[in-house]
Amino acid sequence: MMASNYNAKEEYGHQPGATGHGGAGTMTNKKPDNTAFKQQRLPAWQPILTAGAVLPAFFVIGLIFIPIGVGLFVTSNNIKEFAIDYTGVDMSSPCYNCSQSYSWNSTKSCTCSVPFALDQPFESNVFMYYGLSNFYQNHRRYVKSRDDSQLNGDKTSLQSPSKECEPYRSSDNKPIAPCGAIANSLFNDTLELYYIDPNGSRTAIPLVKKGIAWWTDKHVKFRNPSGNNNNLTVVFQGTSKPVNWRKAVYELDPSDSDNNGFINEDFIVWMRTAALPTFRKLYRIIQKKANNLTPTLPRGEYILEVTYNYPVRSFNGRKRMILSTISWMGGKNPFLGIAYITVGSVCFCLGLVLLSIHYRYGKRNNSAEISS
Amino acid sequence: MERIHWVRHRWQQLVATESGRGRYSAPAALPTKSSPVLHNTQQLTGKRRTVIARHGPYQHEYHSISKGCQGNGIRTTKYSLLSFIPMNLFQQFHRVANLYFLFLVMLNWIPVVEAFQKEITMIPLVVVLIVIAIKDALEDYRRYRFDQKVNNNIATVYSGKQQMYVDQCWQDVHVGDFVRLSCNEIIPADMLLLYSSDPHGVCYIETANLDGETNLKQRQVVRDLPQQGSELTPENFHSYIECENPNNDLSRFRGYMEYPSKARVGLHNNNLLLRSCTIRNTETVIGIVVYAGHETKAMKNNSGPRYKRSKLERRLNVDVLWSVVLLVIMCLTAAIGHGLWLRNQKEASFLIPDTTSPALSGFYLFWTMIIVLQVLIPISLYVSIEIVKLGQIFFIQNDIDFYNEYLDSRIQCRALNITEDLGQIQYVFSDKTGTLTENKMVFRRCTIAGVEYPHEENARRLEVYEQEEDEAKGRSHTLKSRASAKSLSCKSLSCNRSSVSLHTLTGHSEGEGEESPSPILPRHSAFSSPMEKDVVPDPLLVQKLNCLSSPLFLLRDASMELTYIVDFFMALAICNTVVVSSPNQPRHVVQVPEVSCTPLKSLEDIKMLFQRFGLPRFSTLSPPHTTKSPRSFTRRLFARGKAASFTPSPSPTPTKRGQPHEEEGEHGSWKGEEDKMLHLNPGAWSGLENSNGAQGPPGEPRADELIYEAESPDEAALVHMARAYRCTLQGRSLERLLVELPGMGSMAVRLLHILPFDSTRKRMSVGADSVIMDLAESPKGAEQSDGRQGHIREQTQKHLDNYAREGLRTLCIAKKVLEEEEYEVWLKRQAFAETSIENREELLLESAQRLETNLTLLGATGIVDRLQEEVPETIEALQRAGVKVWVLTGDKQETAINIACACKLLRSTDQLLTANCGSKEACKALLLELRAEVESGEAAEGTSGFTLVVDGRTLDFALQEDLKGDFLELSRRCRAVICCRSTPLQKSQVVRLVRDQLRVMTLAIGDGANDVSMIQVADVGIGISGQEGMQAVMSSDFAISRFKHLRKLLLVHGHWCYTRLANMILYFFYKNVMYVNLLFWYQFFCGFSGSVMTNSWVLIFFNLLFTSAPPLLYGILDKDVSADTLIKLPELYKSGQYSKAYLPSTFWLTMLDALYQSLVCFFVPYLAYAGSDVDMLSFGSPINASALLIILLHQVIESHTLTWLHALVLVGSALFYFSFTLVFSVVCVTCSPPTNPLGVDKLQMSQPLFYGVCALTTVLALLPRFLFHALRNSISPSDTLKAALMDQFNPDDYCRKMQRWNQTQAQSKARGLVINVEDSDIKIPDFILPKELKECSAATGSVLS
Repeated sequence: MMASNYNAKEEYGHQPGATGHGGAGTMTNKKPDNTAFKQQRLPAWQPILTAGAVLPAFFVIGLIFIPIGVGLFVTSNNIKEFAIDYTGVDMSSPCYNCSQSYSWNSTKSCTCSVPFALDQPFESNVFMYYGLSNFYQNHRRYVKSRDDSQLNGDKTSLQSPSKECEPYRSSDNKPIAPCGAIANSLFNDTLELYYIDPNGSRTAIPLVKKGIAWWTDKHVKFRNPSGNNNNLTVVFQGTSKPVNWRKAVYELDPSDSDNNGFINEDFIVWMRTAALPTFRKLYRIIQKKANNLTPTLPRGEYILEVTYNYPVRSFNGRKRMILSTISWMGGKNPFLGIAYITVGSVCFCLGLVLLSIHYRYGKRNNSAEISS
Repeated sequence: MERIHWVRHRWQQLVATESGRGRYSAPAALPTKSSPVLHNTQQLTGKRRTVIARHGPYQHEYHSISKGCQGNGIRTTKYSLLSFIPMNLFQQFHRVANLYFLFLVMLNWIPVVEAFQKEITMIPLVVVLIVIAIKDALEDYRRYRFDQKVNNNIATVYSGKQQMYVDQCWQDVHVGDFVRLSCNEIIPADMLLLYSSDPHGVCYIETANLDGETNLKQRQVVRDLPQQGSELTPENFHSYIECENPNNDLSRFRGYMEYPSKARVGLHNNNLLLRSCTIRNTETVIGIVVYAGHETKAMKNNSGPRYKRSKLERRLNVDVLWSVVLLVIMCLTAAIGHGLWLRNQKEASFLIPDTTSPALSGFYLFWTMIIVLQVLIPISLYVSIEIVKLGQIFFIQNDIDFYNEYLDSRIQCRALNITEDLGQIQYVFSDKTGTLTENKMVFRRCTIAGVEYPHEENARRLEVYEQEEDEAKGRSHTLKSRASAKSLSCKSLSCNRSSVSLHTLTGHSEGEGEESPSPILPRHSAFSSPMEKDVVPDPLLVQKLNCLSSPLFLLRDASMELTYIVDFFMALAICNTVVVSSPNQPRHVVQVPEVSCTPLKSLEDIKMLFQRFGLPRFSTLSPPHTTKSPRSFTRRLFARGKAASFTPSPSPTPTKRGQPHEEEGEHGSWKGEEDKMLHLNPGAWSGLENSNGAQGPPGEPRADELIYEAESPDEAALVHMARAYRCTLQGRSLERLLVELPGMGSMAVRLLHILPFDSTRKRMSVGADSVIMDLAESPKGAEQSDGRQGHIREQTQKHLDNYAREGLRTLCIAKKVLEEEEYEVWLKRQAFAETSIENREELLLESAQRLETNLTLLGATGIVDRLQEEVPETIEALQRAGVKVWVLTGDKQETAINIACACKLLRSTDQLLTANCGSKEACKALLLELRAEVESGEAAEGTSGFTLVVDGRTLDFALQEDLKGDFLELSRRCRAVICCRSTPLQKSQVVRLVRDQLRVMTLAIGDGANDVSMIQVADVGIGISGQEGMQAVMSSDFAISRFKHLRKLLLVHGHWCYTRLANMILYFFYKNVMYVNLLFWYQFFCGFSGSVMTNSWVLIFFNLLFTSAPPLLYGILDKDVSADTLIKLPELYKSGQYSKAYLPSTFWLTMLDALYQSLVCFFVPYLAYAGSDVDMLSFGSPINASALLIILLHQVIESHTLTWLHALVLVGSALFYFSFTLVFSVVCVTCSPPTNPLGVDKLQMSQPLFYGVCALTTVLALLPRFLFHALRNSISPSDTLKAALMDQFNPDDYCRKMQRWNQTQAQSKARGLVINVEDSDIKIPDFILPKELKECSAATGSVLS
């Protein structure tokens, strides 16, 4: 395509000048510019990766990574974490009965109490999670099955949700709010935590249910239609609840209008689909005590009261409750620290190897470059 | 093939100023048609075109006739505004890649398969389409602008309404229009010349716009027009023009014009003014347009670009197929996995209930995965390659080393997509004349009447020029090379079959130094260098000539020899088509002054005068000067001598033609074979100049100021040589030549006829008056061998053989006396031949051959065709680079070998194998014998290589099916092969044979039409623009102006382009595989459901935007070794020949590395986030970011040079990615479901874990490659790397190391450690040094030599 241009140029290159004053003098000078760019002589850094040149990099990486790794490892080890499976697979498990009898359709709730003990006291804020295993929240069709406009309070989407929500788009000829499979499968177990005093009395541990969702989700992405949080019943009139739900979306937290409807934080947390089939989701926060003297969760016996609503046995799922403190780098995960230490050490060792290679071959390369 | 011969021949005719010396009024032999013209037209429509004046008397007919003719407006654009979008889309969807894209888009429209939103899958396609469309549109717009500019040029056209010439745009010119042009105006359409202000009806045009040749060509007004000059108005123009339909043959135009009187005049190419040529030296011309617009010959010749598929691309396509296989495997894995997974899931709340069976779901998923993993097929790669190649071409075209100041030309890249092939060439096939040599001839020596005049002074002069240049160039090894060249003047190699070590031949070299070819200084204008102009006369010859003007000279002593000498010089001065001009008005041709009131004595008087000298018959006349002239006597003497020259030739008797032993099947040296005919007619000596002709009229420049412009360099050389002996061609007009002879002043010669050069006849004749002289390479045609003539012939033949062995181009000069009646008879038949439209060529050939018999041999000349500058160095560099150089030439064997020696294709240590045989059986035996010889020679030590010399006939046998294997086997073992006397067909056969049978990359380089076929056959065709028209350039992929440019083109640009493109392609594969695998690994954690953990926009843009610019830059700008080092160490070129940068193993290693990197890049974040509350997009965020970092840093590791541009693009890409995702994660509230990124990246990038993961991933992923590079570069560095290391030293070290490198290379070869035992020459190659290195190189050079 370009060449035809050149042809054209060749044929007519002389014409503009020639018509005016003619003669050979008007020939355009085709001499290329003698610039560093056009002559490909731009000053350049030429990295040649020889042992001698790269070995400092290896030592530097080693020296940086090992301390970071140690730091991460220590940090991770300082995080206290406790997890308990309450699925009720075993006959001995307190929730066995509930897990056996339950299906989505039952209206009667089943409760079970799971006792556990903490060996160590949990200082600072404790985060309470529920964990699910073998639950593929990242399945493509599941992930798609939602309507972000509806959740953002768009009235039209409220009345006619996106097609992506099928088959959870409407029931009884009424649009479902919130529509889609994600919302439909909302985790609806209720977890309560009691501390068993050494004297045997149960003390309910205060669980804060707000502040568990992302700020952007709570304030930007999720909004109730028309923003009227006071009278959500009216707002959601003409819609139907998701088929698996027992109560409508405006009844999620009747006590707190700021946590009701689409901006219910449990709902928001659930709607942020997990990356991996085994995941945890933040459920409650146990605030640090005002006085610093007693730990947030002291050592001792606890009881987890579960209102068992959520069936997982059909797909071999597991449900867990996790208590964890967090650090600057998130939850407990020793992997990163170990990985950093390993990579750092490997780099350091390679640096030594390269050093010896450099002494063996580098000299030759510098003096006589020919090896025939 | 005949066509090429023919085209070439016609091209010569086009430029020849043959100018219709004959009268073309319909000869009696031709039946005059009396049928009405219109009837005639109807008969012939379809084959011919009839043109009549547009505003002429036949208005009705005009409209009916010219309906089929196009207007003069041109449109080279492909699209119009309306048709752009549909046309462009249609064209773009011819590419498989785009169809694949389209297929993916369609696939995404199927709901069950849909992976992303519909618009997202369209983005890549739309982007690619838009990028290409913009490119096309811009090009088209540029073409449109050119068209506009051209169409709106102003021409003066006759307007029927206003009855006068008015200014009009070019596009409004129509066939049949009368156009008036002034000097220096450009011709707007192909038109027939009807009027010229020149009194002889001549007009000069410059065809530089058409073919780059700057010399003037003469055009001639149509003969015998009923109206002349001011009479010529369209209203009175009653003639019909009948001519061929438009065609693209620049050198041919056939037709006739029928006057109202029914007389017909033949129309020729020299009546035709071609579009886009420029009128020179003529004040006003008027022509009638016959072809306009796209029907003009110039436009018909405007062919588009060439498309070839490069070797690398073929390799690439294989790997793309592998990618497809990989894609299918991955998709199948996912599909099967999904089916199995689905079977195990029952009633899970995350499963959307439907009735699809797991198997069907798996099937659907297969297609979904194809959409998800689509980038694995590097579709954008094709677009990127195209862009990169444009960039590479930009740099090649802008290389200042390819700029030729004197032609003001750069390299032309006509093929846009084979730049990287330049880096993989293994065989170079070169033409000789005009390619290795200058094709600018310098007179060297001559023989007249059997006496040799060696012109030793002249030889010395030529050497002085060389030395001056050598010194100027600071080269130190010339002496050596000259010595070796001299020692190789292979003399006795004409033996039928010989294998002679060239050592044994050194003694045969003649005493006087045969010129070692070496660069000559470029000249300011063609044919005007002092080298060519100043010929130092031979003293002996001067002495003999001086006899003429000496007053003591007695008539009785006027030997026969002297007459031969004078005739010889007359022939040289007259028999040519040289245009004479003076330097102060370079474009104004010197005309022969009008002879009007010359005091002519009657011819009879002069005849009497001669008869008094007892001459039986005289054929020429001395110019009758006034008796006042003191030199009248000598003039008379001269005249006697002149006359004598014709007397001894016996009256022409028909003799049989054809001398088998000099049969010439050759082609390349056509210029050397000219046949000149000076026909002197006593009765026709009419044009004699005035008595003071020598001094000349005021306007006439002095002889030594004249500039000769010849179409053929041989002509110029001979005219300059004649001038050195004061036989000066002073001016030329249509009918006369003004020649000054020593001691006689000027005289005018009337030209009767010129038979232009013809490659079948291999001669050219000029007919003037009544004696014929002849000049040809072989004394063919001069058959009289009785007595003295026989002796001359014998001697001349001997000298000719000597000349050829010295590598000189030889010309024989002969003459013939023609009776007037004989001429008349001949003329009639010639006129018949000229006016016939069909079979004209055959008739003309026959007619010419009739005339060119029975010639008397006068002598011969030897002309040096000088080697172009730096040819030996270039050939040596190519050979060091492992490129085999073959020379395919039409020249004689001796000449070819000699040139081969001169350009160092042959070394003193080489064994020369010659294959000349007469039969196939002999050929077969010979091939086997030679092969045995080579094999035994290879075993023995000492010889550095073999060179095979094959002649055309043997080549014919060797190319036959059953012998070509043997021939190839033999030639493969030879270091060089020289094919002489080869035809264009053979050239292309040889190239095809080598290309197909040996499966190697071939390059053909040539400058003439005879090289076209070979240029087209070779993988890379290179045309040399310059002396010989444009056919070679038009059919080439690259056009350069000098052979030496080949060195940088291959060694530097070829190497760069190849490594750049290969590395970029590998990088592209790596990039795609690495990124796509991340998505694939995720499938194992999402139930093989086709989920992605990234926002789909980012996913699509990742390839399209974030990581597309760096590889482009990498492909355009990367430099593994500097240009200087590449030129100095041609061995580095071998890496490209063996495709080292892109082997299948390299590809799979890259794939493995990509796999490893993607594993690291996925599983490090996986392990870091496993079990946490991370959501999909937050999980994808560090993976994406580290993938980007890895991909960019990977390129840094792979890059050999990093300039600020690289830094800019790399940092820019990274910043672009991060800012894009950040902004997207803030702004996008409900967009892009289901992967809504709101808040994700903002949150991630505020967390230390993100950076911790990214850093670890990046380091771990790049570690192996980094280590691999370091280890390989330290333990066994490649040559390229060693050279790159040298680049980094300071100049002193660099120089020292360079020297050591070359020595070591040589030593290693001497020890036989390296397989490649081709180059044993320990020598610092010649190259253009950076300033600071010049001294050091000179020092080393002298040490070594």
